[in-house]
Amino acid sequence: MKKDMICISCPMGCRISAEWGKENIITVTGNKCQRGDVYGKEEILSPRRVVTATLNINSSWLGRLPVMTTGTLPKEFIDSLLNKIYKFDLDVPIVRNDIIIKNISNTGIDLIATRSVRT
Amino acid sequence: MKELKFDTLVIGGGSAGMAAALEVSKRGFSVAVVERENSMGGILNQCIHNGFGLHHFNEELSGPAYAEKFIDMVESSNIKVFLDMTVMDMEETGDMKYVYGMSGKTGMIKFCVKTVIFANGCRERNRGSIGTPGTRPSGVFTAGLAQRLVNMEGYIPGKECVIVGSGDIGLIMARRMTWVGAKVKAVIEIQPYPAGLTRNIVQCLNDFNIPLYLSHVVGDIHGKDRVESIDVIPLKNGVEQKDKSFNIICDSLLLAVGLVPDNELAQKIGISINPETNGPIVDRQLMTGKNGIFACGNVLHVHDLVDFVTEESERCGKYAADYMDGKTFSDQYRTVPGQNIKYLVPNFYSPHRDNKFYLRTMIVKNRAELIVSVNGKEIFSKKLKHIQPSEMISFSILEDTVGAEIISECRNNTLEVKIV
Repeated sequence: MKKDMICISCPMGCRISAEWGKENIITVTGNKCQRGDVYGKEEILSPRRVVTATLNINSSWLGRLPVMTTGTLPKEFIDSLLNKIYKFDLDVPIVRNDIIIKNISNTGIDLIATRSVRT
Repeated sequence: MKELKFDTLVIGGGSAGMAAALEVSKRGFSVAVVERENSMGGILNQCIHNGFGLHHFNEELSGPAYAEKFIDMVESSNIKVFLDMTVMDMEETGDMKYVYGMSGKTGMIKFCVKTVIFANGCRERNRGSIGTPGTRPSGVFTAGLAQRLVNMEGYIPGKECVIVGSGDIGLIMARRMTWVGAKVKAVIEIQPYPAGLTRNIVQCLNDFNIPLYLSHVVGDIHGKDRVESIDVIPLKNGVEQKDKSFNIICDSLLLAVGLVPDNELAQKIGISINPETNGPIVDRQLMTGKNGIFACGNVLHVHDLVDFVTEESERCGKYAADYMDGKTFSDQYRTVPGQNIKYLVPNFYSPHRDNKFYLRTMIVKNRAELIVSVNGKEIFSKKLKHIQPSEMISFSILEDTVGAEIISECRNNTLEVKIV
């Protein structure tokens, strides 16, 4: 089996192909870096995405805090994560890389703040 | 009116302005940055998605995180930042430039400087720019405004939306609207190919089964107080197929129909503009037609990657410092966009220095070749795996690539770039 796809790991958008036979060994070609190899394999086995969103904060000058997962999250956990994010109402100060949710759905991935809000 | 003296004034505290200001400051010159928002970072602050910084920082950051790394550097430098300040006017007399900035806190300030760097970005094209007919109900937003409302202010502009334009902002907003619970019914693109990065087609549309209508336009907007539906018309060879038009029910329309460099101030003081980029015509040192006035980032030409903005702006800062150190180059000749090139920046090159170019092509092609020639003689070529108008291409011509035998006094020494 062969699947052509576009690597979404970075804005380069390499056109890659993943090929696999009966032994389920996947070989990825066309990738310019290691990230493409990982992406190609994951996309066949279990697609994962980085999630970014914003949540409510009680700041004097900014309405929403931008947050991001520390790595890619299996797609099936995305909706429940978003629902959790939208229920937050955080107090400042917040420093960039502060952990907002630890170990999302036991995946080992955290949700972190991507901006510092001091007041 | 309060008067302040600096060596350099940078207009705009986004990714371009911060990078340029830092380079000027590193060379020991005094720098002021004027920013109209209440924090630096510019458009990055609302671009909360990831994918920034892979080239420059070698890590994957969100827009605000990329901005914050530069904000931290600016704050620990000697750069003076004026937030909540808008530039009202500008004058120049010989070697001195006078820029008038206004803020609620400081009132009017007259900056007296030797160099000015325009780094004030671009604006969104809107409904008027694409001439969409129909009524004028609420619910029609530019995509960037919608992005700001959702990501920074916490308002959701609609529940069922249609996005016009498949540029990156349109695609990113399709995912964002889906992730905040809205239904994105379609993305409509006038061109026969998508305008955004392919990775964004994959992760913003295909992931959510959002249909992309290529070669389609919005024919009508219906609704009295609020958008109720829109008519979509397919194009065939550029002609509207009105008999095949269809209706989509929606309550909002997000327009991601392009960006235009914001050059009103530059034009007011007589700086000539390149009609292809809508940015100033600049020489090899990114200096506009006026001595001591430079431009970088989206005000020069609209970029698709912030990493390229940073690279260009850091060079711009160095060039501005060179200028103040008295290093200018008179041996500059024109560059012209040739076959299949929409635009080429900068508009001049110097045969005895390194030259870095950015360009956009007009065509979509696999396995293309970029060819550079001077006086009709090929001096450089580069194989390109895949090209499309939405992905900017960059290349460098290193010092002495253009040999002395090519440059001649009796020829105009124009450098032409084409893609075949």
